[in-house]
Amino acid sequence: MRLTLHVWRQQGPRTKGRLVRYQMDNVDHEMSMLECLDVLNEELIGKGDEPIAFEHDCREGICGSCGFMINGVAHGPARATTVCQLTMRNFKDGDSLTIEPWRASAFPLIKDLVVDRRSFDRIVASGGYISVSTGNAPDANAILVPKDIADRAMDAAACIGCGACVAACPNASAALFTGAKISHLGVLPQGQPERHLRALSMVAQANLEGFGGCTNIGECTAVCPKEIPLEVIARMNRDYIAAALSQRDAEVNTIRPFTEWSTGSKLVNDPHATS
Amino acid sequence: MGTIALGVRDNVAARFWGSTNGKKAVMAVTGLILFGFVMGHMLGNLQIFEGPVAFNDYAKFLRSVPLGLWLARIVLLTSVVLHVTASVQLVLRKRRARPVAYASKESIASTYASRTMYWSGPIILAFVIYHLLQFTFGVTGVPDYQEGEVYRNVVSGFGQPAIAIWYIVSMLLLCLHLRHGVWSMFQTLGVNHPRYTPILRHGATLFAVVVAIGFISIPVSVLFGWVS
Amino acid sequence: MELNSRLPTGPIETAWDNTKFEMKLVNPANKRKYSVLVVGSGLAGGAAAATLGELGYNVNCFCFQDSPRRAHSIAAQGGINAAKNYQNDGDSIFRLFYDTVKGGDFRAREANVYRLAQISLEIIDQCAAQGVPFAREYGGALTNRSFGGAQVSRTFYARGQTGQQLLLGAYQALERQVQAGRVAMFPRTEMLDLIVIDGRARGIVTRNLVTGEIDTHLADAVVLATGGYGNVYYLSTNAKGSNVTASWRAHKRGALFANPCFTQIHPTCIPVSGDYQSKLTLMSESLRNDGRIWVPLKKGDTRQPGQIPENERDYYLERRYPSFGNLVPRDVASRNAKHVCDEGRGVGPGGLGVYLDFSDSIHRLGEKVIAERYGNLFDMYQRITGENPYQVPMRIYPAIHYTMGGLWVDYHLMSTIPGLFVLGEANFSDHGANRLGASALMQGLSDGYFVIPFTLGNYIAGAKLEKVDRSHPEIRNAEACVQQTVDKLLNIKGKRTVDSFHRQLGKIVWDYCGMSRNARGLESAAEQIRELREEYWTNVNVPGSGADLNQSLEKATRVADFFELAELMCIDARERNESCGGHFREEYQTEDGEALRNDEQYSYVAAWGYRGYGNPWDLVKEPLEFHYVHPSQRSYK
Repeated sequence: MRLTLHVWRQQGPRTKGRLVRYQMDNVDHEMSMLECLDVLNEELIGKGDEPIAFEHDCREGICGSCGFMINGVAHGPARATTVCQLTMRNFKDGDSLTIEPWRASAFPLIKDLVVDRRSFDRIVASGGYISVSTGNAPDANAILVPKDIADRAMDAAACIGCGACVAACPNASAALFTGAKISHLGVLPQGQPERHLRALSMVAQANLEGFGGCTNIGECTAVCPKEIPLEVIARMNRDYIAAALSQRDAEVNTIRPFTEWSTGSKLVNDPHATS
Repeated sequence: MGTIALGVRDNVAARFWGSTNGKKAVMAVTGLILFGFVMGHMLGNLQIFEGPVAFNDYAKFLRSVPLGLWLARIVLLTSVVLHVTASVQLVLRKRRARPVAYASKESIASTYASRTMYWSGPIILAFVIYHLLQFTFGVTGVPDYQEGEVYRNVVSGFGQPAIAIWYIVSMLLLCLHLRHGVWSMFQTLGVNHPRYTPILRHGATLFAVVVAIGFISIPVSVLFGWVS
Repeated sequence: MELNSRLPTGPIETAWDNTKFEMKLVNPANKRKYSVLVVGSGLAGGAAAATLGELGYNVNCFCFQDSPRRAHSIAAQGGINAAKNYQNDGDSIFRLFYDTVKGGDFRAREANVYRLAQISLEIIDQCAAQGVPFAREYGGALTNRSFGGAQVSRTFYARGQTGQQLLLGAYQALERQVQAGRVAMFPRTEMLDLIVIDGRARGIVTRNLVTGEIDTHLADAVVLATGGYGNVYYLSTNAKGSNVTASWRAHKRGALFANPCFTQIHPTCIPVSGDYQSKLTLMSESLRNDGRIWVPLKKGDTRQPGQIPENERDYYLERRYPSFGNLVPRDVASRNAKHVCDEGRGVGPGGLGVYLDFSDSIHRLGEKVIAERYGNLFDMYQRITGENPYQVPMRIYPAIHYTMGGLWVDYHLMSTIPGLFVLGEANFSDHGANRLGASALMQGLSDGYFVIPFTLGNYIAGAKLEKVDRSHPEIRNAEACVQQTVDKLLNIKGKRTVDSFHRQLGKIVWDYCGMSRNARGLESAAEQIRELREEYWTNVNVPGSGADLNQSLEKATRVADFFELAELMCIDARERNESCGGHFREEYQTEDGEALRNDEQYSYVAAWGYRGYGNPWDLVKEPLEFHYVHPSQRSYK
């Protein structure tokens, strides 16, 4: 099958990018979208060009590394599918695909289709955990969790952190991602002690990162490879509003956003850096 | 390596307003108030079909409790200001959140109503201002405006087709705005349940349509001479 | 060289407790004066970094991915074993220990495995407390399933995403320490060399994958948790980025590499569909609980599966192994699949596949029950192949999945370089010649949460660690080495892409050092690998520069190390003249084609020492002794 690809090429964060047209004449419909780019890259290297940089790792839809826009839809046309599992059966001979990176100021572009999603890590670091140090745990069956609660926690915990929700949102909001983690931990009995502080901190961090606000329109959940429901956003809002109204202690954990790629010799907590 | 904890503004209210979630909550609450007003206003207006006497009496009744009237006006005005300020700030934030636009972007799940909130809102605001100038202050749109002669003013105002159509179009936009806004405020305030949310969404559509039909029935009736 | 595995003495039941008691402790107030580098952020690395941070050490954690949450532990589907005996079906620590030693075909250390079985209990407690949403009964208690042929139900799971959920638990614990300032996270940073000063591991050289900067990180100890090397085969179920580089560079700095030929083939993967194939997708082995494996009786039968009548099908596992049937261990299931395909009875394109048929189960239990159990796997299968497994049997074929071999470590998980600890799949320690299902997650978390915090403290408390000067010649030397390798690869400017070399290398290793091996093939493979490596260093084409994100360069440095590892794998496989676990030598099999172990001569760990490229490796043997589980021929008849 023949395809025309228009791929966003951009050498680095400070250079100008543009869509570049590539013609592919021999695409097998059993290939995945990423394998299609592999084949194109092999050709490009053969011609002495630089291959298209795109993020990928597990290629089985779980690590959350891959993802880009195909014709304006995050992860392309198939429901609940990351681009690594999107087979070319989803396209027809002669189709033209426009491939662009996730676009959001909180996801600065690194190169071509690769963006920096460390803002997601900082949202988790600000409170997306249960504070239980190793060795502190009671017997696993000491805390009973009703099956439907465990199932709901799992529905939210299935998030792979790919960023498609942000990419698809007209506001570039991280509400689905943040809501998923708040819901996963917030419905479980283990997560109750920190439930309010978690909502306050994670929401504050998401705001600090420069994500937009949620307008409840549902584009995020429609492209989510794990079909995380909008319900998690409502739960985040509920926890956040309840926490904001009831809190006494105003201390909230947030982390200064950064975009530089720091290296070891500049690290403060390296007691052996003596030079 | 960037693990410095930041002290975010300590004032609880400022922090709440400073977050997108807080602003949206304010928009939801003020939206609920405005929706309540719209419903009441629409039901009140329908009394026009009971004839000039009943309608003018209703208007007189409203003015007979100045304290209540002014209280309502203050609440409504505050709601509008907060609703509009929050939405403007969120639009500005949205622009900053995606500085580079997509070459190609499709909407695959959202309703037309939800995507158009940002411009149905301003148009409705413009309409409200015009509407106040027209019927409350009598500055424009009613050729022979007479204070207290509400029935006459309405018939006279809607007797001009252009003004009636502007009113009808605005009410259709209000319908769109409410269709998304009414269920969305529940979501923003944290109410979402797989069983009840679909009912809420349908309910929002129903209310939006009822409000629009209720309001639109008046200029249509004037235009067709059913009310004169 | 004599290997001191520091095995505990005394009864195995109390050995770990005694060892912990005998270990030196670091004063709580002093912990912040010590720093540790953790390379890798999967279950082992993430758990280690989080726990060491909680204890108060200064931890720097590195991963090549853009986030620690993406380590390949995330892809584990089936579950995690623990001897909780919640099901009251006769499980115990001893039984888990016994099963693991036996499943590993008696090529693992008893003491390590026993400790693993003991710690398994604490892991489940820890993970449940972190909020890992394990599957539950209606009453709220944890539920279990039987997995990978175990006779008891001891596997805890979170749908088909157990690895993901456990990793997110460790990742969240890690991020909590990042927030607390105890751990500094370095994503998109790849370790390219180990710094050894005065015989101790004192740091690493890294390359920042975004800026290309080469930098040195110094510390009091280094922990490698960098996973396995299955990608040496090119096609495997590993993530594309999984590599051996960190382990291999440590090996070249003096750490012995143990049992490299022990690789595991997973029997239930989606077959290859074309030459563009970039990786193989695994489907949880739990599918074998309800699916029946068969091929047509006749060779070259091209009929649709539904048109082949019952009496013309060969349910070969049920036929050959009546008591375990479709649930025989992975190596046995894989080998039998290869065997029937070699006979020409394979199905699907190229004849490399066997059927995994659910029609009986659907008939017996109903489609709804099957969908509840395997719905997400069925969906995934359909997404990839375009076939509906509720209607037509799945096609499966074995694929490389896990590597039991790895850097040699002692009971304290320390390698032969003092101060260099190796955890998880990167070490060789607990699975012998074959790993049982749902044991990898257990080992990673055991090493990271519950072993390293003690043994690393013991090392630090007992070692005299002088401050290291950044201008130390060893550091300059290591940095220069890394820079030279990068420059060299960029300047070859040959004709072939990295992937084309990697594919060719993978094919050689798969053909000669894959599911079955023989002496002639292995010798020839080692020779072919050496030749291909020569060509690689003169004819590879790595476009772009070393000063920004360059994915071809990343691959090129990794493939360069795979070449050397592949050669060692063939040498190790050639040297081990027996069949055991995942290592099947055609010359050593019983009359009915089962693996024939040779405990007289090969009951040892083969640890290989590097002596410079081109020189033969040193073989050091660590004898294995079995006091609790007596070696017997595995039989699943």
